[in-house]
Amino acid sequence: MSKDLLLEIGLEEMPARFVTASMEQLSEKVQKWLNEHKIEFGEIRSFSTPRRLSVVITDVALAQQDIQEEAKGPARKIALDENGNWTKAAIGFSRGQGMSVDDIYFKEVNGVEYAHVEKFIKGQSTESLLPELKNIITSLTFPKNMRWANEELKYIRPIKWLVAMFGSEVIPFSIAGVETSNWTYGHRFLGSRVEIPSPADYVVTLLSQYVIADAAERKSAIVSQLQKVEEEHHWVIPVDEELLEEVNNLVEYPTALFGRFEEEFLELPEEVLITSMKEHQRYFPVKDQNGALLPYFVTVRNGDHQHLETVARGNEKVLRARLADADFFYKEDQKLKIAKALDKFKTIVYHEEIGTLAEKVARVRSLTAKVTSELNFSEEEQKLADRAAEISKFDLVTNMVYEFPELQGFMGEKYALQKGEDARVAKAINEHYMPRNAEDHTAESNPGAALAIADKLDTIASTFAIGLIPSGSQDPYALRRQASGIVQTLIHKNWDIKLEKLIALSVEFIAEANFAKLSLEELEQELIAFFKLRLKHLLHDKGIRYDIIDAVLSGTVGAVASLVRKAETLQLKKDEAGFKESIEALSRVVNISSKADSIVEIDPGLFENEVEQKLYDRYLEVDKTISSNLSEEEYFNLLVSLKDEINAYFDKTMVMVEDVGLRNNRLSMLAKLAQRIKAFADVTEIIVK
Amino acid sequence: MNIQNMILTLQKHWSNQGCILMQSYDVEKGAGTMSPYTFLRAIGPEPWNVAYVEPSRRPADGRYGENPNRLYQHHQFQVIMKPSPDNIQELYLDSLRALGINPLEHDIRFVEDNWENPSLGCAGLGWEVWLDGMEITQFTYFQQVGGLECKPVSVEITYGIERLASYIQDKENVFDLEWTEGFTVRDIFLQPEYEHSKYTFETSDTEMLFNLFNIYEKEAHRQMDEGLVHPAYDYVLKCSHTFNLLDAKGAISVTERTGYIGRCRNLARKIAKTFYEEREKLGFPILKAKEENSHE
Repeated sequence: MSKDLLLEIGLEEMPARFVTASMEQLSEKVQKWLNEHKIEFGEIRSFSTPRRLSVVITDVALAQQDIQEEAKGPARKIALDENGNWTKAAIGFSRGQGMSVDDIYFKEVNGVEYAHVEKFIKGQSTESLLPELKNIITSLTFPKNMRWANEELKYIRPIKWLVAMFGSEVIPFSIAGVETSNWTYGHRFLGSRVEIPSPADYVVTLLSQYVIADAAERKSAIVSQLQKVEEEHHWVIPVDEELLEEVNNLVEYPTALFGRFEEEFLELPEEVLITSMKEHQRYFPVKDQNGALLPYFVTVRNGDHQHLETVARGNEKVLRARLADADFFYKEDQKLKIAKALDKFKTIVYHEEIGTLAEKVARVRSLTAKVTSELNFSEEEQKLADRAAEISKFDLVTNMVYEFPELQGFMGEKYALQKGEDARVAKAINEHYMPRNAEDHTAESNPGAALAIADKLDTIASTFAIGLIPSGSQDPYALRRQASGIVQTLIHKNWDIKLEKLIALSVEFIAEANFAKLSLEELEQELIAFFKLRLKHLLHDKGIRYDIIDAVLSGTVGAVASLVRKAETLQLKKDEAGFKESIEALSRVVNISSKADSIVEIDPGLFENEVEQKLYDRYLEVDKTISSNLSEEEYFNLLVSLKDEINAYFDKTMVMVEDVGLRNNRLSMLAKLAQRIKAFADVTEIIVK
Repeated sequence: MNIQNMILTLQKHWSNQGCILMQSYDVEKGAGTMSPYTFLRAIGPEPWNVAYVEPSRRPADGRYGENPNRLYQHHQFQVIMKPSPDNIQELYLDSLRALGINPLEHDIRFVEDNWENPSLGCAGLGWEVWLDGMEITQFTYFQQVGGLECKPVSVEITYGIERLASYIQDKENVFDLEWTEGFTVRDIFLQPEYEHSKYTFETSDTEMLFNLFNIYEKEAHRQMDEGLVHPAYDYVLKCSHTFNLLDAKGAISVTERTGYIGRCRNLARKIAKTFYEEREKLGFPILKAKEENSHE
């Protein structure tokens, strides 16, 4: 026996960006509640529009499952007194289980007899439990909450109505003055208030009131409408998933329509046009078959096909005003001289505690110079990077970036070219913001990549220096993303500059600026730990086993690209025959070397057997080979090739002997070898079974 | 519909909803929110329903009357209802209908827009209302005013009069809008737009403005010490407008900017707190009157 269940929260328009996650949360919580209460059900479907979050669950059992279980009580000698009468303990036990002493029977557990009862709990009726759904609704959490009128409840937006039905019956409860019922509301303008006969009729009832409740269905309706427009006009409408998702959560009944703008605006940079349409108006830009922008846009209206011309005309008017503004800014910006723009930096505060933008750029410029010299850039490339660093932020004071902050860098490149800068400098200005997001790629050119690293590193280091270190969900300056950007750029460029070196260089300039609240040692340590954590995530995402990650990250990081390859090498080799033995042998060296107090010059005259000499010879060989350009895999193979000599050494040689001179000689040799091993990875972290 | 009739229509509509029709407050300000009819009255438990037109001065937006969309001074139609009525969205949409905007013929949407005015210690959640893609109204549930938690919550509806009119009258240039029969915005406002822009960007006496800011600030503090909230608040408004004039002229570096905003905020917070205390001393008279009424 079962019935369907419907729960709908009617709200004033929710922020589009929170709708989907809120819907999923409601669905999960309802499902969890049913499971916890042992109420069986069929299928759960969730729905959302800007004005509603809802779930429909089919075949919900009319009662909880009954519970049959055996409960164990006191031992026989406690349950019965010397006369064989029930003791208080036994009476208490049976009563506690909701039974009487007559139900007690004895059963042996580990050789001792205990009192038991067979317990049966009759499941309660679902109907009597359903009012608890109220708590699920009030327990939903949202990224931003508000209060309204006199209500204490904090919620995503004011609750307007509640539908709660079990079969055709209303589940009674109320929240913030709103009582549940079986009446919902249709589309704000096209629909009206309507009674839902039963949960199974939910979708159809809403559709009759111009609401497509299923978000996925609504989305595919939008997509097919866009396709229709494409076909009719032979256009290409690239569908940006993020925009589609947002648009979908702004409408209950979508109707796509197109509008046009004056062709002369096509002279504006493409990014400006696209940003105006997408970010500001939530329009889909239109392209021709060759990918060139056309003077059209497509918008999705929350309504039907009536009066589409009016809606199109209104939207055209808005876009025209926006583009006219952009056009004005674009022309104004042509007048700006780069030198004049840089001059303004002295009065622009980058951060109250860190200083002006001029100071920030000066630091980035110095750091870029150091980095490009460390990386042995050609003189020409060093110059290009320097110029790019100097003018990297000049577009921040242009009208266009003031109006469209998301165009920083893009406009820098455009304007720099127009103002006669080297194309490679212009490109680097744009690239230094890359990767702009998780999907973006990293800077391609050498000057761009060096500048991207220097700018991000300075941002992270200076923010850390004033004590603003990301923790938990707190990362207001998106420093984690920036650190990942640095790491990705280093990997992509395969630059062998050590991360520690980069950090030290950056901290040096922070020290000169004199605003740090942390001591420089603390700052360096915090930065290294922060980057190690980023690397840990990166390696984890690459599917590297956690102990291998710990092994490669236990010492210094060194060159990031190399570190990643070390991890990949170990990950690859870990399943090969002999891996276990090799790691064990290398680990013995590392473990015992920790006992060395001081490293002495090794005296081969003190060797007592040939295996000692042999291992020493191999060490010297390793030492020599390593200074040449070995790949990480070759390095590892070389270490592994020591296995037999190491094992023979420990078979034949007592390291911790009484004789101090002898002992130090041996420990020192092993310590030097251990250094070479640890330079690859702390093999003792690797788990071998 | 010309602007005058729009205003009359909105006044009639909100008057019918029980709003007190107030006149514009006579101290310069950047937005209707800064009027004491909003800023002070949103504080505390007393009910408050008002509607008024507020000329809003934004010196930085002055364009010598040459830009078709930007004005040194535009007009806002401001509605405050405390506590926020349950059907406030419907009441708002009815006001659009009264203006001749039939939602079925347009695309009207409520798009998330959270509002913050750090210089007044205010924050709210709500939407910008889109009419065929154009933002015509700010719709905000106040959560905090002058650093104080709003209890109950007021709802603020701010119509951009010129924006809305340019849609209703289908005009590309704000100066072409008809104010009333035979008069356009150009006739009434072009000259002051030009002169105020020239004043703001060219001829204002920067040193005098800096002095005025300090004088106004000092007087605001002095009046606060006397417990005189309203005179003190007038001087905060004067500070704010003087600051805007200086800022538009580029006389305030970004470093100093934060400092000046901070000075306004401190005053605003202090005033908000004192206003609450003064109303409390009076026993929240509007609340009391309403409760007595409902008992009769």
